[in-house]
Amino acid sequence: MTPLYMAFLGGGVLCLIGQLIMDLTKANITPGHILVGYISTGAVLSGLGLYQPLVDAVGAGATIPLSGFGHLLVQGTLRAVESDGLLGAFSGGVEAAAAGITCAIVFGYVAAVLFNPKD
Amino acid sequence: MPAYKKRGSQTVVFEDTPVITSWASIVGPKEGQGPWGGDFDQVLADYMFGEKTWEKAEKKMLQEAINLALNKRDLQVDDAELILAGDLLNQTVSANYAARELARPFLGLYGACSTMAETLLVGAMLVDGKFFNRLISATCSHHYAASRQYRFPTEQGTQPTPSTQWTATAAGAVVLEWAGVGPRVTSATIGQVVDLGQTDVADMGSAMAPAAAHTLKTHFEDLQRLPDYYDLIVTGDLARVGMAIAEQLFIRDGLVPRPNYSDCGVLLYDEKQDVDAGGCGCGCAAAMLCGPLLKKMLAGEINKLLLVATGALMSPTMSFQGESIPGIAHAVAIEN
Amino acid sequence: MNVDAKKMHQIEIQEYQNLVDGIKPKPDILKNCIWAFLVGGMICGLAQLMVNYLLALGMSRIDAGSAVSCIMIFLAAFFTGIGIYDELGKRAGAGSIVPITGFANAIVASAMEYKREGYIFGVGARIFSVAGPTLVFGFAVAVLVGLIKVFLSS
Repeated sequence: MTPLYMAFLGGGVLCLIGQLIMDLTKANITPGHILVGYISTGAVLSGLGLYQPLVDAVGAGATIPLSGFGHLLVQGTLRAVESDGLLGAFSGGVEAAAAGITCAIVFGYVAAVLFNPKD
Repeated sequence: MPAYKKRGSQTVVFEDTPVITSWASIVGPKEGQGPWGGDFDQVLADYMFGEKTWEKAEKKMLQEAINLALNKRDLQVDDAELILAGDLLNQTVSANYAARELARPFLGLYGACSTMAETLLVGAMLVDGKFFNRLISATCSHHYAASRQYRFPTEQGTQPTPSTQWTATAAGAVVLEWAGVGPRVTSATIGQVVDLGQTDVADMGSAMAPAAAHTLKTHFEDLQRLPDYYDLIVTGDLARVGMAIAEQLFIRDGLVPRPNYSDCGVLLYDEKQDVDAGGCGCGCAAAMLCGPLLKKMLAGEINKLLLVATGALMSPTMSFQGESIPGIAHAVAIEN
Repeated sequence: MNVDAKKMHQIEIQEYQNLVDGIKPKPDILKNCIWAFLVGGMICGLAQLMVNYLLALGMSRIDAGSAVSCIMIFLAAFFTGIGIYDELGKRAGAGSIVPITGFANAIVASAMEYKREGYIFGVGARIFSVAGPTLVFGFAVAVLVGLIKVFLSS
C-alpha cells in the first residue's frame, strides 16, 4: 500500500506544475487547457511506459490527477489490444474509463437538477 | 452650412445644449456595499431581482432604471419619445427586451462598456438636432449574466489574475431634454477603435487604455482645451491596471492626469471587496454617472465633468480565432 | 496600410506591450504554488486513504482505483452543487483543477449553468463543454497508442 504522505507529495507536485504553467506562461490558459494538457501528457507518458513507475511510487498521487485518467485510458487500451487485437485499440480505453465518465455525467446531470448556480 | 457643430477631427459641440433633467441608477448587492452605496436610487437585495434568470434580472434592472428616471420628474413611459439603450449580452437582449416592455421607439446601441457615453452622445445629438424633445439614454450589466457569456460557468473553480475585473451589476438611465433644469451636455468626442494587440481576456484594462488615451488627447486637441478645464475627468472601467497604464499614456501625450482624473472601475468598489483590479461592465460607468457623479454636479461639488466611457470590444469567438481585443472610448462633457 | 505604416504600428504595439508588462501586476506565484501544492496534495491524500481502506477490505487494485475515482467525482459534484468548489478554486488554482475532481467540477458547473436553457440543449449539450475536449484528446492518444501496439506486435 502506498503511504499517505507519498500520495500527498506526488499529487501536490503534479498540481504545483499545473500552477506554474498557469502563472508563468502568457495568459489565456483556462482550466480546459490544463485538463486537456494533463490527460494527453499522462496518456503519452503511459504509452512510453513512464507513468506506471510514478503510479507505483505515489499511488493516488498519480492516479487522481487527470494525467492518471490518461494513463487509465492507455493501460485499458493496451490490455484490450493484447486480448482482442485491433478491436481492442478502439474499445479498451472507454471500457477502462467507463465508471469515471459515467459517474461524471450522471452526477453532473443530477447536480444540475438539484442545484442552481449561486450568487 | 455643413457640419458647423463639428470641431477638429472627432468632436461635436452642442448649440442648444441638451439638459439631463433626471436620472436613476439601480445596483446589485455588492455595488451597494461599496463606497457609494448610499448614492444609488435602489440597491438590490439579491442578484435575481425576483426573476428566474440573470438575463431577465438584468433586463428588469434596465427597465426599472428607465421608469425610475422618468418617475422622478413625474413623467410616464409614454412621455419618452425615444429610448437609446444597449448592454453587454449577445444581441443586446437586455435592452431589446426592456424596450419590448416599455413599447416606445427604440434604438439599440452596442459599445460594450462604453455604451453609457455612446447613448448619451447620440441622444444629445438627436435633441440638439431638434429631432426629439425628450429621450432616454440608458444601459446596464449584470455580473453573472456577463460571466457565463464571456468567461466560465459560475460554479467552475477558476483562479482570477490580478488584472481580472468584476463586471458590475448595475443599470443607469438619464432623461435628456432640450429644455429644463439640470446639468447640460456641452460637447462630445466620438472615439475610434484602437487596438494595440492585447490578447489577455482576463485583462480588459490594458486593452482599453490606448482607446481612452486616444479619445482624451483628441478631445483636448479638437477643443483646444487643457485637462484642468474639467473639475473631474473620469474614465469608464479601466480599473486599477488599466488606469495606471492610461496615466502613463496621458503623460506621454502631454496631458496631466492628476489630481482631477479617476476611473469608475476603481471608484465603484472598495479595495477589500475581492474584485481584483476593480469594476467593469456597462453598468459601472452608468451607475457612477447616474448615482454619485450627477448628484455631485447637482450639489455644485463638480461643475465640469468629462465622462470617458471605455469599452473592450471583446468577442470570445474572435479571441479563439487568435484576434486581439479592440478598445473604444467616447467622451461626453457635462457642465452645470 | 502601406509598409511603413504597418511597421510603425508594429513598433507601437511592441512599445505598448513593454509598458503593459512593466505595470501589469504579476500573480503571486509563491502563494499560488503553496495553495496548489497543499490542496492538490490533500485531494490525492484523501483518495489514497480511501484506496488503502478498500485494499484492506480485499478489493482488487483496479476496482479500488475505479471506486475511489467515482467517490471523488461524487464529492466534487456535491461541493460544486452547494457552491463551495468554485470558492476553493479561486485560491487553489491548479490544486483544484488538475485532480479528477476538477474535471468533475467543470462538467457539473457547465451542466448547472445552462439548466435555464432547458435539459436537452442546456444541460445535455453543455455538460461536455470542458469535459468534451478533455475526453477527445484522451481517447485520441489512447487509440493511437493502441494502434502502435497492434502494429508493433504484428
